[in-house]
Amino acid sequence: MAPRAPRGRAPRRVMAQIAMVMNLDKCIGCHTCSVTCKQTWTNRSGTEYAWFNNVETRPGQGYPRGYEDQDRWKGGWELRGGRLVPRAGGRVRRFARLFANPELPRLDDYYEPWTYDYENLIGAPLGDDLPTAPPRSLIDGEPTAITWGPNWDDDLGGGPEHLAGDPLLRKVGDDVRLEYEQAFMFYLPRICEHCLNPSCVASCPSGAMYKRIEDGIVLVDQDRCRGWRMCVTGCPYKKVYFNHQTGKAEKCTLCYPRLEAGEPTVCSETCVGRLRYLGVILYDPDLVGEAASVPDEKDLYPAQLGCFLDPHDPAVAEAAEASGVPHDWVEAARRSPVHALISRYRVALPLHPEYRTMPMVWYVPPLSPIVDALAGTGHDGEDAGNLFGAIESLRIPVSYLAELFTAGDPEPVTAALRRLAAMRAHMRRVNLGEAEDPEIARSAGMDAHGIEEMYRLLALAKYDERYVIPTAYDARTVEHAALEGCSLDGAGGPGMLEPAFPPGGAPPDGESFHAPLARPGARAVADRLRGRVNLLNWNGRGRPAGLFPATPATPEDER
Amino acid sequence: MKHLQIAVWGVLPYIVLVLFVAGTAWRYRYDRFGVTTRSSQMHESRLLSIGSPMFHVGLLFVIGGHIVGLLVPEAVTERLHASESLYRLNALVVGGAAGLAAVTGLAILLWRRVREGAVRAATRRDDRLLYPVLAGALVAGLAATLVEPLTGDYDYRLGVSVWFRSLFELDPNVPAMAHAPLLFQAHTLFGMALFTLWPFSRLVHAFAAPLGYAVRPYIVYRSRGAGAGPAGIVRDRP
Repeated sequence: MAPRAPRGRAPRRVMAQIAMVMNLDKCIGCHTCSVTCKQTWTNRSGTEYAWFNNVETRPGQGYPRGYEDQDRWKGGWELRGGRLVPRAGGRVRRFARLFANPELPRLDDYYEPWTYDYENLIGAPLGDDLPTAPPRSLIDGEPTAITWGPNWDDDLGGGPEHLAGDPLLRKVGDDVRLEYEQAFMFYLPRICEHCLNPSCVASCPSGAMYKRIEDGIVLVDQDRCRGWRMCVTGCPYKKVYFNHQTGKAEKCTLCYPRLEAGEPTVCSETCVGRLRYLGVILYDPDLVGEAASVPDEKDLYPAQLGCFLDPHDPAVAEAAEASGVPHDWVEAARRSPVHALISRYRVALPLHPEYRTMPMVWYVPPLSPIVDALAGTGHDGEDAGNLFGAIESLRIPVSYLAELFTAGDPEPVTAALRRLAAMRAHMRRVNLGEAEDPEIARSAGMDAHGIEEMYRLLALAKYDERYVIPTAYDARTVEHAALEGCSLDGAGGPGMLEPAFPPGGAPPDGESFHAPLARPGARAVADRLRGRVNLLNWNGRGRPAGLFPATPATPEDER
Repeated sequence: MKHLQIAVWGVLPYIVLVLFVAGTAWRYRYDRFGVTTRSSQMHESRLLSIGSPMFHVGLLFVIGGHIVGLLVPEAVTERLHASESLYRLNALVVGGAAGLAAVTGLAILLWRRVREGAVRAATRRDDRLLYPVLAGALVAGLAATLVEPLTGDYDYRLGVSVWFRSLFELDPNVPAMAHAPLLFQAHTLFGMALFTLWPFSRLVHAFAAPLGYAVRPYIVYRSRGAGAGPAGIVRDRP
């Protein structure tokens, strides 16, 4: 069984991670997250083909094509003799394959980026036919045929021959495949998983990739990356991209400059369906290695759950602050919607735990396909009894979702769907003023109060309840700060400068509050200029004090 | 003629050395972002997976051979009881094979670079300058290894190597190099051009050999404020 921290015993160390949950029931596949992410991060040459955030239709091949087929791409970890080793090979094989990576996706596996020859629209000579804008490759500038794109099979486009490329459908089995394709479809938005056990970091020969201690964000140090491309292979989600212009790896940054200022990521902020949740999770880093190497893949989900700590437990809070997690982060962890959906309500599930990377972007599985299927047969899709029965009998969507979220174990998926179904049935009774049926909540292992709280988080989804993001800190200075008080208070420190705004005046806005401190050089210049006249404010009359620098005292003056 | 010889074999090597060292220091100080393999494997993988390992592994052996041939004096191998004929045979077979692999690998890579549109588009100006010099150095070196033992009986360990070691004694032995066959002189000139280009071209990625990976823990943790540089790695896997 999965290792689990003994209750009531304080963990030796506590680390904090900003994690995300997406509620797939609400995703309408509008790609707004992808587009705003692209405009923010990959709207440059060299990354034309890279989508840090993409939305793929399920069933479907995904982006890049068939990335979930790890027999081919060798992403993630595997157990070899009880030891956790990157599936693409350990250090020796990485060195042996340094000069040509055999498992690197080609550009065609993503798609060849293109533009259109718009010049032709206005520059074409007069003729009988309307001029067109023919496609041009963004790679070599040559005329190209558009044969694939980042969401080519969107909404099941392309038909069964494209669906056959879905590695999960192949696992589910031929007999159910066709039925499934006809009956169900949902969208899966994907970003980097910012894993607890990131195999991309493990694959990087240069040590350029790292996991941040403070918030668990996985980043590429652009100055240390040497373009060996092993991370692209190492990531089973194929969420590290190779910039073919700069020769460096790039990936989703979880919009860390925004998170550090307490703001949600661009994909979350602009999500039309308001389906993304961001919050802090406290975990025990000493359990991660053990949890990632449980022998049975189906135990990986409960094992990862076992790494997460309950921030309401005083022993955990104490250990967290002793480990350098600031108090406001522990507070944020208590209010974390992500912790609630993952650990309290158990409706969120990890994406492909069988890759053994301990992903930290989790998903609430979609109930809508089942409701739709029920309604299609003329049954009441909101009735608890009908819904529970449908979850059990419609084993096709459940087994597909289980391949996606629980390494093929249908039990946790069914349990999560039952809770969502109970919420629907319970809330309908509330809304229609019918008598409450405590049996509905109990059959899903919850109570009426819990269901209503979960309803508030999932259905009302207020902005400040979806995003509970504490501002950034530096793990190395937390201890000093605790001992010495505010580090800005020292003589000559920035805290002792004249106030930037008059007492009682407007406080600084959020952005300047988080602006980096002035560089020492800049501050020296400011010091020297203090007391001098700003010529832009001078009306030209008289000679205000400080127009000319004070004459330095000479020995003659002293006499 | 004498002045030209002194300029080429007595002065030029030091200019090259200064450019090589200063250029590398400059690159490390100001352009660490630019140090990369700049791989084009995404565009074309089949030919690269044949040519690139051939070229690189061959080159590693060639570099090893140069270190032995240039830095180890003949007196040392004689004391080790390695006979002259054995040494020569070894240099011919191992050196020849490594050189052949490197030249073939480079030929495959250059063919790929010219023929594949995407790879051609990813080729920069410094590449266009570098590849002919690299090819020239390799071909001249391979010819010196394979052709010289057949035609002449020039012992580079008594000529080129003596000149090379004399450079580091700050007393360049110009005649030792001036009397070398033309093939060796051409190879040395190409080599000096290569060292000059090294810090300013993609060759600089050779300095990025990821040796630390062998001893590093798999997962790297770093603090938010740690910034760049090796000191930034704070602690290993939990």
